[in-house]
Amino acid sequence: MKVAESFVALLIFPGLLYAAPMSWLMVWVERKLEARFQGRIGPPFYQPFFDFIKLLSKRVAPRPGFDGLLLSGLPLLAIGAILGALALLPVFNQAGGFAGDLILLVALLEVPALCLILAGFASRSIFGQVGATREALLSLGYNLPFLTALAALSTAADSLELGQIAGVAGSSLGTWLAMVTLAACLPVKLHLNPFSIVNAPQEIYTGPTTEFGGPQLALWEMAHHLEWVLLTGLVVSLALPFRTGVWPVDAALFSLVSLGLAAALTLLATATARIKIGQALQFYWRWIFGLSLAALAAALLAV
Amino acid sequence: MNFFEQLIRQARKRSPWLFHLNAGACNGCDIEFLTCLSPRYDAEQLGVRLEASPRHADILCVSGPVTLNTKEAVLTIYNQVADPKVVVALGSCPATCNVFAGSPMIAGPLERLIPVDVYIPGCPPAPDTIMAGIVRAVEIFSQKEPAAAGRLASREVGGAALQPVPVGVIVV
Repeated sequence: MKVAESFVALLIFPGLLYAAPMSWLMVWVERKLEARFQGRIGPPFYQPFFDFIKLLSKRVAPRPGFDGLLLSGLPLLAIGAILGALALLPVFNQAGGFAGDLILLVALLEVPALCLILAGFASRSIFGQVGATREALLSLGYNLPFLTALAALSTAADSLELGQIAGVAGSSLGTWLAMVTLAACLPVKLHLNPFSIVNAPQEIYTGPTTEFGGPQLALWEMAHHLEWVLLTGLVVSLALPFRTGVWPVDAALFSLVSLGLAAALTLLATATARIKIGQALQFYWRWIFGLSLAALAAALLAV
Repeated sequence: MNFFEQLIRQARKRSPWLFHLNAGACNGCDIEFLTCLSPRYDAEQLGVRLEASPRHADILCVSGPVTLNTKEAVLTIYNQVADPKVVVALGSCPATCNVFAGSPMIAGPLERLIPVDVYIPGCPPAPDTIMAGIVRAVEIFSQKEPAAAGRLASREVGGAALQPVPVGVIVV
């Protein structure tokens, strides 16, 4: 990958300049749709932007023993990893990937969850620690099918390069099963109902981010919102069956389908209630892992 | 006022996050308060979000006459809310102690412990009244000076240096 292209991917599209406004739009769509599904009017269009600015302008009461680098370093690391992962997405057919970028993507996808776990434990709040423990347990639950599905895709494409994987996705039964598995892992990765177990609003305060306020919370919110763009974008960029070759059209298609997927996730979240962590693990290990194994078997048999 | 200050004031006006604290209330105000978030009143139109952690909140809504049991909790949580903050006394109890006035179990009214910005009258107040009070609190919140950079919590109340206490742990 050329240096200039990498910087464009990291900072412009699908990196920071695209992902930050898109994440605000996506979160607004989520909150607005949730309100409409509940018969409310919901927040105005600019809500996530003003939330972010307001949080940046607040001054936090000091917490001895939990100040300094940890507070802002962890969310910044998460944001950096998400932007790096976004830059690897094969949005355009000719996207300048490199051999083995799937492995880098898998590593970068794990960093935000790790940062959240560390932040929860570092905050020394019992609610932060409970939330961090839940995130750690759940990551065991969803990573097994998630990684198996990626392995199935890479087997089907006979490559570790995302551009080539995007080329074969949707062309056979195995790859379709793998795409369904990836999509099924999104609600738990985004802490959405029925898997909103990590932050569990009102039950354990807000989990790992309970002790964060002001600018640090703004960074966490941003990381979480960027995760929306990244994870929906990952599924969409792999699942889109065709590319036009004209980059504005491809970019618009990518954005619109991502928004549609976010709307579908919101519908699921609004229609369901939170389940217990044991039930969530059972669901992922028994059903979704089974699905991903079927995908892997189908990919190996080239069905 | 430069551009950034205007932007911050706009952002505060449009994004008030509430924290609801029951300081010994009978639950009447609490139910009416939650009604504001229901489809009929839908406070989220104003950008209101009910936050679970006081460290995320801007506006502290206190209901109840502040019993001796909850006094320390009120001080702890007040000091955990990040500056600038606004305190709303929800209902008659935090304003006057209501029917509990004179009881030896009461540390209130609320203004004895922490500075109160808005009083919402009623026992319990109707949701419309609460919404009007929240709108007033939002005005006060947006007009508060943006705290100078590097300056931390402007005011320690109650003499209790309680910042090291994590959320959810109340030292009595």
